[in-house]
Amino acid sequence: MSDALAARRATRRGLYVTTLGLLGLAGVYVLALRYTPMERFQGLPQKIFYVHVPAAWCALLAFSLVGIASALFLWLRDPRLDLFAESAAEVGLVFSVVMLTTGPLWGKPVWNTWWTWDARLTFTLILFFLFLGYRALRGALQDPDERARFSAVVGIMGLVLVPFVHLTVYLFRTLHPQPIVLKPSAPSLPDEMLRTLLVSVVVYTVLLLGFLMTRYGLGTQARLKGGDHAG
Amino acid sequence: MGEFLRVALAVAAKDLRVEHRSKTALVSAIAFAALVLVIFNFARDAAALSREALAPSVLWITFSFSGVIALNRSFALERENAALDGLLLAPVSRSALFFGKYLANLAFVFTVEAVALPLFVLFFGVDLTGVVGGIVLTAILATLGFVAVGTVFAAMTVRTRFAELMLPLLVLPFLLPPVIGAVQVTARLLAGRPLGEIAGWLRILGFYDLVFITLCLLLFPPLMDE
Repeated sequence: MSDALAARRATRRGLYVTTLGLLGLAGVYVLALRYTPMERFQGLPQKIFYVHVPAAWCALLAFSLVGIASALFLWLRDPRLDLFAESAAEVGLVFSVVMLTTGPLWGKPVWNTWWTWDARLTFTLILFFLFLGYRALRGALQDPDERARFSAVVGIMGLVLVPFVHLTVYLFRTLHPQPIVLKPSAPSLPDEMLRTLLVSVVVYTVLLLGFLMTRYGLGTQARLKGGDHAG
Repeated sequence: MGEFLRVALAVAAKDLRVEHRSKTALVSAIAFAALVLVIFNFARDAAALSREALAPSVLWITFSFSGVIALNRSFALERENAALDGLLLAPVSRSALFFGKYLANLAFVFTVEAVALPLFVLFFGVDLTGVVGGIVLTAILATLGFVAVGTVFAAMTVRTRFAELMLPLLVLPFLLPPVIGAVQVTARLLAGRPLGEIAGWLRILGFYDLVFITLCLLLFPPLMDE
């Protein structure tokens, strides 16, 4: 019973962190709309940048976590690692949906198209499909041990696939704005914009952590009840 | 290493013997590839798009979709009478088992491709004079890696209720790099571009094969232990 109590506490801690993240998000909106200068050519749609880029960062981070937890699971065979990978994949799916919906919302006014087969768009779409496949496989397997082993293999293979997809679609062609922050030379972004972006990245990472903790706690509770929820 | 190859070849020979005796799967896969080619011819606006412009894509869609369809067969074969458990009980390395399954799948997919390529030439009026070698090399490089991934995934999806749907969902993202590479190379070969333009793509295809075949050999044993 003390395990169940601990799991409930973990879930509650996750909810606290999530609340903190949501408050931070409200702050990011105020900061981006009120205290960050308007981009001269793009105007208001540029504000999506402060949501889109951090969401993309969280999706990638979650995906890496799935891959790393999967590899560790195959090595240590600790069911908690499997639960962690499961939680990270689900949270990553959420962030990749945010990334894939905010992208076209920005693309329509600025590129005059909802979607284009640009390298980074294709890359993130494939990331989304990998999350989806991972989730679907988990849902389709009954035996918990089998599910843990199988999805760990998919998690690792997916992580290895990502650089290949990135390389090939990049060589195919690209139209996406070039990196302006993470590049060899200094960031070519006005200080206020960079500050807002960085704040948003931190807030999003807190949100990711909150979601992850909550989902992990809920997963532990479900597993303790014995009714091992598929996926 | 000798033992490894002996086991792998025994498993592959078993699969191919089963295939040889019924031939249903092979004939169906070839018919499927031919049908895809036929559909493609009518899925294009003849006035707007020449056959040549579409040719590389047609070839690779046909190859890769037939490949995925063919991979389902590999472990479905073992499901009857729990034949897979028998294989797993054998005191041999799991990597060798995987490699045997992989070799049989490769033989199967290569056979389908070998029949589909002349059909493609026939239906799409493409002139392959002088580039057959290049196309075959590209086909080999593009197939090696994705069949390895597909073999591992087929071993998993066969345990699910809708394997026929689950396998493409998992494998298709992994098909993207080989298909992009193969289409780029094929288009350049057909346009008579110099070899220097395709060397980079061929290297990427080869690297993809190396990475994923190694990974599959490593990951298949933990996949299978009960």
